[in-house]
Amino acid sequence: MLRQLFSFNGGVKPAYNKEQSNQMPIAVAPVPAELVIPLHQSVGGTPRPLVQAGEHVKKGQLIGDPDGFVSSSVHASTSGLVKAVEPRLMPHTSGLSALCVVIEPDGKDEWGEISPMPWRDMEPDDVRDVLRDSGVVGLGGAVFPSYLKVNPGKQGHLDTLVINGAECEPFITCDDMQMRERGETIVRGAAILRDLTKATRVLIGIEDNKPEAITAMKAAVTTTGESRIEIVPVPTRYPAGGAKQLIRVLTGIEVPHGKRSTDYGVQCFNTGTAYAIYEALELGRPLISRIVTVAGNVETARNYEVRIGTPMREVVALSKAKPDTDRIVMGGPMMGFAMPADTVPVVKATNCILVGSPTLFPPPPPEMPCIRCGECARACPTDLQPFEMYWFSRAKIFGKAQEYNLFDCIECGCCAFVCPSRIPLVDYYRFAKSEIWAREKEKESADVARKRYEYRIDREEREKQEKAAKLAAKAAETKAKLAAAGAADENKALIAAAVARAQEQKDRG
Amino acid sequence: MLEALLVMALGSVILGGALGFAAVKFRVEGDPLVEKIDAILPQTQCGQCGFPGCKPYAEAIAKGEADINCCPPGGEDGIRKLADLLGREFKPLSGEHGIEKPKSTAVIDENICIGCTLCIQACPVDAIVGAAKQMHTVVASLCTGCELCLEPCPVDCIDMKPIPENVESWKWKFPVFAIQSRKAA
Amino acid sequence: MLNNSPFVRKPASVQMVMLKVLAALLPGIAVYVWVFGIAVLVQIAIASITALVAEATMLSIRKKPLRMFLFDGSALVTAWLIALTLPSIAPWWLTVLGVLIAIVIAKHLYGGLGQNPFNPAMVAFCALIVAYPQLMSQWPAAGFTDAAAELQAIFGARHLDAVVMATPLDALRTALHTPEAHATVSGVFGSNAAFGNIGGKGWEWIALGYLIGGLWLVQQRVVTWHVPAAFLGTLGLAALLANLVSPDHYAGPLFHLLTGGAMLGAFFIATDPVSGSTTARGKLIFAAGLAFLTWIIRVFGAYPDGIAFATLLMNICVPLIDMYTQPPVFGYKGRDAGGRP
Repeated sequence: MLRQLFSFNGGVKPAYNKEQSNQMPIAVAPVPAELVIPLHQSVGGTPRPLVQAGEHVKKGQLIGDPDGFVSSSVHASTSGLVKAVEPRLMPHTSGLSALCVVIEPDGKDEWGEISPMPWRDMEPDDVRDVLRDSGVVGLGGAVFPSYLKVNPGKQGHLDTLVINGAECEPFITCDDMQMRERGETIVRGAAILRDLTKATRVLIGIEDNKPEAITAMKAAVTTTGESRIEIVPVPTRYPAGGAKQLIRVLTGIEVPHGKRSTDYGVQCFNTGTAYAIYEALELGRPLISRIVTVAGNVETARNYEVRIGTPMREVVALSKAKPDTDRIVMGGPMMGFAMPADTVPVVKATNCILVGSPTLFPPPPPEMPCIRCGECARACPTDLQPFEMYWFSRAKIFGKAQEYNLFDCIECGCCAFVCPSRIPLVDYYRFAKSEIWAREKEKESADVARKRYEYRIDREEREKQEKAAKLAAKAAETKAKLAAAGAADENKALIAAAVARAQEQKDRG
Repeated sequence: MLEALLVMALGSVILGGALGFAAVKFRVEGDPLVEKIDAILPQTQCGQCGFPGCKPYAEAIAKGEADINCCPPGGEDGIRKLADLLGREFKPLSGEHGIEKPKSTAVIDENICIGCTLCIQACPVDAIVGAAKQMHTVVASLCTGCELCLEPCPVDCIDMKPIPENVESWKWKFPVFAIQSRKAA
Repeated sequence: MLNNSPFVRKPASVQMVMLKVLAALLPGIAVYVWVFGIAVLVQIAIASITALVAEATMLSIRKKPLRMFLFDGSALVTAWLIALTLPSIAPWWLTVLGVLIAIVIAKHLYGGLGQNPFNPAMVAFCALIVAYPQLMSQWPAAGFTDAAAELQAIFGARHLDAVVMATPLDALRTALHTPEAHATVSGVFGSNAAFGNIGGKGWEWIALGYLIGGLWLVQQRVVTWHVPAAFLGTLGLAALLANLVSPDHYAGPLFHLLTGGAMLGAFFIATDPVSGSTTARGKLIFAAGLAFLTWIIRVFGAYPDGIAFATLLMNICVPLIDMYTQPPVFGYKGRDAGGRP
């Protein structure tokens, strides 16, 4: 069966380097001596810690409670003793710390109470609560809480549910290997998502440079006997695995920036997320581990199933980093982030630990001026004009940068990849975006302060008036009391006058 | 000669009329200047500028009675924006009104607080909660860091603490490769 | 300090782009040498050396890293274009002056590489043709390849009156602009020795040389098809329409496309990324406007060729063209199923 595919503009073809790490099966990484589980692992609010130092936790026990509507739970990934709840270095370029639950494993790896969820008989809202409490987030790297996405949209059903197995970033093979080895679970997870979102069809998009995964997934669809699920090989071109790009390729629909894809009858989940959703609902297991690719400057690149909270150093040690290693990158070479140290923990967003060296990732050559050649614009998968955004970001004219749709930029790195002037374009966009966000935040809080100040002035004014009115009322009251005595005489005089007038008229008549 | 003069005169009358008409017809009702200035000011209501709040300062700037460099919380950035808006020359912050400090919030030492409510009355944005003879506390997300609560406190239990940078508020720095390469060469 | 992602890059550089442009000029230059002798090579050498010296001086005055910019190739591209657009037997100082105008004034005074709003080579050409119209229209006759004589002309030892003649474009325009001559296009073609079969003796072969190099540039993705296609298409169309209306007064499309600087302009001058439009639609408008102005200046103007002036005029329009031709971003195209809801 041939399906009509669409294409997106731009994109690049970097060296994929996937065969390094997809030769060996997924291995389970051992439990480390210490697990550091950051509370903030998904988009949205930071979960509140539920445990204290000295407490014993079971594997899968809730240790972080979602805070706010957009937030997701965090669980202990093995059983053991909570050593501390304290700020630790985060797997984030900033090198800043945030609150983490530090667990000393007891070696028993005992599950707490877990039980399958009768999700078919549950209300959709309750199923979503289960997913939130299971801590399932998008495992493609965006870590958006999945329960918010399991949603049939305004029409009450989806036309297409896209399962993203494209995995377009070089070096990364975690989805590839998971599809090869655990295809059936992924397909079952996709089927659950299909039923929850009432999707007419499910398209699992896989880049055609992963023929084994495509075969395995096709076989899995047959074995599971699930209907309305189709495996679609898509042409290999970075960033075909971007959610919007894959939706475009598979359905022809372009979801504009800031719009919900469900408004167009589409939703997109990563294959790993589908797997995690199956585990959460059918087995009752929260998300406590994920598949992580270790590749780059190592002896044996491979995929590992790693407990969340395992220090990256211990995972890298399994693959043996070569001596000239100069950095650890979380993610791939196009969009990954350099880590401040190799002690940072593996989190839900860690799809790959890329080990770098000066030879593998040479330092950027000196930046030349932009010659407006337009290569970046031709490479941009969102049809932006990167050099214009660069120009205005560099000059700190942020309003203009936004006019050139800075916030449509997905930071895929295609522009910087092709730039003959070797300008770190994405760095300029990140800089401009975070400046704009900070300014907006500042402006918001200034607006709140202004409103509260004006309200306070009003209130003070009102209180003053009320006080004055009260005083005036009191004064009037006293006056009235004083006057009351004399009032009786006055009335008599009036009556007398009236009587006199009447008398007068009578006399005339 | 006379014809030329007449033609030119007529032309100028017509064009002048058209321009005048356009000016009336297409008049853009802009935000009053005070509002625009007030939008730039940081709304700490701290009074460091010598006016009782941001709005009065904005009014004074609009009337030309105050300079644009009297707002320490707004900092150089704010002065630059005001200079842009008003078409005036940028000036460094005037020292007599204070210095630019990192953004901070007030924190009440709960062990010392005697519950006198003086700070509650001083807070321009009602960011301090508490009652008489009860311990007070600052709602950090609402505190503008104006420091107006420091002085009234009879037991000096309020401190200004700089807001620490966290993973959420961290900002990407301006790329510096260009400067490095220049040094290298 | 380590950089941020992307950590991998395509092996592309400004130098590579510029070297490809220089390489693409070679076929045209080879034919040029075959038709007009080695004088042009001498001009290229003079221009290149001047350009490098001027570039180095300006860079050191502006405190820019010398090594990085001096060999980026951009100065050489400018130099070669000047050498190729000036008459091959122009005196050496004319070439030097042209290169200095281009590098010092048109490039560095505007901020150097990437900042110049006008095409430096064309600024130089315009300045020279206004200042030295006589020298700028003296070309050797096609087939005159006496190296010694040409070198003497360049270095001022001898004046080559005997072999000097106007370019076919110039000759045709002068003849048609002289009312008492009652000239017609075919008449001029028949009577003037400069005219070959199509674009003037030898000129059509040089044009073909540039065409081959230009097509290679398109194939190498150094330039996109938009500018050459719109330029040649518009120039051809304008010439064709005029020729259909009055064949006696307006030369046909083949003549216009294969003479003067048309091919050089289409692939090497109008495609300058820095001073040209950057959007796809903008490039079409830019090149079409450029070609139309070129034709107007060629046919009705007072200068031998119109590309230089047309380029500067269109350079001015680039910001406006770019502003109105911004492509719709992803999700806002209104094509296929997606787009604005």
